[in-house]
Amino acid sequence: MTLIQELNSTEPLLEIRDLAITFSSSTGDVPAVRNAHLTVMPGETVAIVGESGSGKSTTALAAIGLLPGNGRVTGGRILFAGEDLTQAGPKRIMELRGNSIGMVPQDPMSSLNPVWKIGAQIKETLRANGLPSGPGDVAQVLAEAGLPDAERRARQFPHEFSGGMRQRALIAIGLSCRPRLLIADEPTSALDVTVQRQILDHLENMTADLGTAVLLITHDLGLAAERARKVVVMYKGQVVESGSAQEILTNPRHPYTKRLVEAAPSLSSRRIQSARAAGIDSADLLAPVAEAAAAADNVIEVQDLTKVFKLRTGFGKSTDFTAVDGVSFAIKRGTTTAVVGESGSGKSTVARMVLNLETPTSGRILFDGVETAGLSRGELLKFRRRVQPIFQDPYGSLDPMYNIFRTIEEPLRVHKIGDSRSREAKVRKLLDQVALPASVMRRFPNELSGGQRQRIAIARALALDPEVVICDEAVSALDVLVQDQILNLLADLQQELGLSYLFITHDLAVVRQIADHVCVMDKGRLVETGSTDSVFASPRQDYTRALLAAIPGARLELPPEVA
Amino acid sequence: MPEYRRDHIEHYVAPIEETPLQATDKVAEDVQPLSLWAEAWHNLRRQPLFIIASVLILLIVVVALLPGLFTQTEPNANCQLANSDGGPAPGHPLGFTVQGCDVYARLIYGTQASLTVGIFATLGALLVGGVLGAIAGFHGGWLDSVIARIGDVFFALPLILGAIIIMQLPFFRENRNVWTVVITLVVFGWPQVARITRGAVISVRNADFVTAARSLGVSRAAALVRHVIPNALAPVIVVATVNLGIFIVAEATLSFLGIGLPPAVMSWGNDISAAQVSLRSNPSTLLWPAAALSVTVLSFIMLGDALRDALDPKARKR
Amino acid sequence: MTWYVARRFLQMIPVFFGATFMVYFLVFSLPGDPIQALFGDRAVNPTVAAELREQYNLDQPFLVQYFLYLKNLVTFNLGNDFSGRPVAEVLAQVFPVTIRLAILALLFEAVFGIIFGVIAGLRKGRFFDGTVLIASLVLIAVPIFVLGFVLQYVVGVKLGWAKPTVGAQAGWSDLILPAVVLGLVSLAYVIRLTRTSIIENMNADYVRTATAKGLSRPRVVVVHILRNSMIPVVTFLGADLGALMGGAIVTEGIFNVPGVGQRLYQSVLRGEGPTIVSIVSVLILVYILANLVVDVLYAWLDPRIRYA
Repeated sequence: MTLIQELNSTEPLLEIRDLAITFSSSTGDVPAVRNAHLTVMPGETVAIVGESGSGKSTTALAAIGLLPGNGRVTGGRILFAGEDLTQAGPKRIMELRGNSIGMVPQDPMSSLNPVWKIGAQIKETLRANGLPSGPGDVAQVLAEAGLPDAERRARQFPHEFSGGMRQRALIAIGLSCRPRLLIADEPTSALDVTVQRQILDHLENMTADLGTAVLLITHDLGLAAERARKVVVMYKGQVVESGSAQEILTNPRHPYTKRLVEAAPSLSSRRIQSARAAGIDSADLLAPVAEAAAAADNVIEVQDLTKVFKLRTGFGKSTDFTAVDGVSFAIKRGTTTAVVGESGSGKSTVARMVLNLETPTSGRILFDGVETAGLSRGELLKFRRRVQPIFQDPYGSLDPMYNIFRTIEEPLRVHKIGDSRSREAKVRKLLDQVALPASVMRRFPNELSGGQRQRIAIARALALDPEVVICDEAVSALDVLVQDQILNLLADLQQELGLSYLFITHDLAVVRQIADHVCVMDKGRLVETGSTDSVFASPRQDYTRALLAAIPGARLELPPEVA
Repeated sequence: MPEYRRDHIEHYVAPIEETPLQATDKVAEDVQPLSLWAEAWHNLRRQPLFIIASVLILLIVVVALLPGLFTQTEPNANCQLANSDGGPAPGHPLGFTVQGCDVYARLIYGTQASLTVGIFATLGALLVGGVLGAIAGFHGGWLDSVIARIGDVFFALPLILGAIIIMQLPFFRENRNVWTVVITLVVFGWPQVARITRGAVISVRNADFVTAARSLGVSRAAALVRHVIPNALAPVIVVATVNLGIFIVAEATLSFLGIGLPPAVMSWGNDISAAQVSLRSNPSTLLWPAAALSVTVLSFIMLGDALRDALDPKARKR
Repeated sequence: MTWYVARRFLQMIPVFFGATFMVYFLVFSLPGDPIQALFGDRAVNPTVAAELREQYNLDQPFLVQYFLYLKNLVTFNLGNDFSGRPVAEVLAQVFPVTIRLAILALLFEAVFGIIFGVIAGLRKGRFFDGTVLIASLVLIAVPIFVLGFVLQYVVGVKLGWAKPTVGAQAGWSDLILPAVVLGLVSLAYVIRLTRTSIIENMNADYVRTATAKGLSRPRVVVVHILRNSMIPVVTFLGADLGALMGGAIVTEGIFNVPGVGQRLYQSVLRGEGPTIVSIVSVLILVYILANLVVDVLYAWLDPRIRYA
């Protein structure tokens, strides 16, 4: 069949019917996927959307025979161009890999062999699939990836490439043998925000040119709707809804899909923007209305903050690396100020300096009008009571050896607050505030989920009744629905306790929901600052515009309120 | 995206009964609390390697503490050359040594020396190596480099060589007893413990919960003791357990070379060494203490292996 | 890369000085008459004592002694042993034997260790793996001299496949049995290290990418898993060479191999301080050089290190 013929045919390229996949573990068999079904037509892009544990990756990887060692297909069929892959032997699957079904993996940092040159890894792909593999062919593959200076690049090692470049190389490898189906497993989750859009655009262009069908796996409903024609929603191992992207967004019928549509930050942020443009107040908005806070004073003021690190580059030599360069902003009491930037922008360093965990090279930080540098031990301790952090990784921010009670009680003990009875009462009250049952006190972090641990971290941060909470990417590592829960919790607590937040994040969509003010950072410099409304409605700097454009779902048409 | 088809895409919704929506992130309330150690213990209990090793070790410890329970014979009392190299006889199940002493009794009483050396050498290496490694790992910088170089210096001398040098010092030559052997083993055994401790401390000190503790107001020293060290213990415990076994073998090797425990002390190493001469005629005099030694060492190393698997962070469920 | 090598080299210098200083200190400068210590338990012979005093510069300040000793070491002016032979000559005779022994042991442990470790790792959890694990534990637990005696008896005497003792003519084939004994414990470590490394790399992301590209399983195993797993193993083997030279004492004793270890042991029995110090110092040097080679090898195998 010629390409055009194939693309116009009505035979599905990939059809998954009633698929069941089971994992065997030390505690017995665990069903990971049940009754999964989806269809991919030639040349079509289909997205599978779900949270972690939904089975989306497992289902897609089963098609290419890449289930982990303890997983196996226990029922159903995977039909690729009419052939049932569940009945095919390993040899047949190997033949199909590369030139019929390709894959782009999730993490570019670990998905390339670090000890072989990029060129060698491309060459072996071409050779294994029976294609010409001379240096010219390898260079061409790299050029298709959008990597300039292909011949030189081919002689380099993966660690000499940036994350975005590596992902381009992986996409090129995946498409190098012109497969009819490409499985893209969260291809941009591990990349910086502005790079994500470029990579996805590039992927879209290449697959369109080649007529390759794409099975796109993602957790972001907005991204799925923007890039795919058809969206399949999976929940706890089953397909709960599927249909055209537009239909799913405007008319979700399954309760889970409805929740996803409500909670997805990229969609919420679009809705808020539309609402603002139409002059309506959006129900998605978590931050209190800006005007009420206008009269409040500055609880934290950062003036011309600079931090320079010395990096050792040679024998006795070192270069200066300016992580933060002359940053100034203020946080009004009772509001949320977000600092947005990609990796390397210096936003986390700013947070650490505000928390007094790093000393600035120059500049001042004023807390309630008082400089935070040069505080005595006693004053520092008092400062710590009033400013508390919540960190990104819920799996690392709680001491695994401490049970929950000890974890939340620790700040009280360190500051010698109350006696053991009043401390226990306080811990109970805090757990109640973060909507966790008191029985969780005796448990340990390893027994709880990411979202639950993050709530414990919030409880611990509130133990000292602080005035300011620094959230350093506090929700970035959480699933969409859990993220929504935590953001709502944070907003409620802010209302209840009059907290001020410094919210560090790379996700502008989240910023739209939760922040009153935004500071955009790029490579250590403060690029733009202003109220969230004004920055979103009329960004002044190109970088800000690029960040805004990078929010997935920018091209979607959404009505202001989606019930 | 070019539209090559205009066909209608079916909107499929799964039946709600088959795909019920559960509450987001609910805490299971009726579960028993399970700390990491409890979880590890849970896993360990079911491992055959662990069970066998623990039973053996328990047995060996009992033999060391209460040798009288296992044999009535006084090991050195009735050594009669007439019985030299004799085979098993009533009351002497394993025969006689070159000097006519009862093999079995010496085996039982020899447990004490070997175990004492092993335990104290391990404790000593843990103390010296653990403290230095923790300081080096936590402090970093120049202190780390200095300690690392000092460790390298000791690494440069393999255990046997170093022991030879130390043992020929006058002080050691004159006072050969359990404690000098222990000291020798500690002197050359601490760098390995230090290296493991340092690695463990470094990997823990950058964890967010340590930063969280510091931002609460916990001092650096308190953070080290209360947060870093408890979390760095797992690999250290594994290496200490394995080292126990290795030190026991080392003591035997030193005794074999004649620079270990003095012949007056009853130990398996000495017995093996003494039995060399009768290897051809009556190999069992050498093989019995060798077997006892090997079984003891094996059980400690098996225990260490089982512990390492149980405490492996990658194996923990998230 | 050159910067990396240079840095490692510079780090080794204090180690060399530290180790040799420690040895020298332990032998020559503890309280008590060092000459008496050199003589051990025997009576001091005045003429020999005077010679030794001069030879070892004992009337000089300690640090000067030490540097003169180092200078002598580097120029191979190592003095004489108690029977009057120059130590340097003695070493020239015994080192080649031990080097041959160590190389054979290294080959043995490398070849068999890697093969068994790879198979065990690839078939994790199955029968072969379990057997190999238990066997490696046993090898570590049983003292080397017991293994030596048993093998000497079984292979040398009972089966007659090899000479039970080696004696003066230590050719390559005579050294095979002692080399096997010498390498047995390290074999266990190599097996375990290889196995762990293979298991870790088997589940790595880049292996999944390689499989997804359509590469055949054998190619994935050899070119990707094996190649990356070898890195820690090779570095261990390199460092082990130095350890083997030192550990040969026991093996050479059992099989009567006229190598460094045996000479060292005899010197210990005779209380021959100067020889002991010289031999140990050379061994330290060997260890340090072996480590440097290992570091360079590591950088060659793992490109990421070259830029560290």
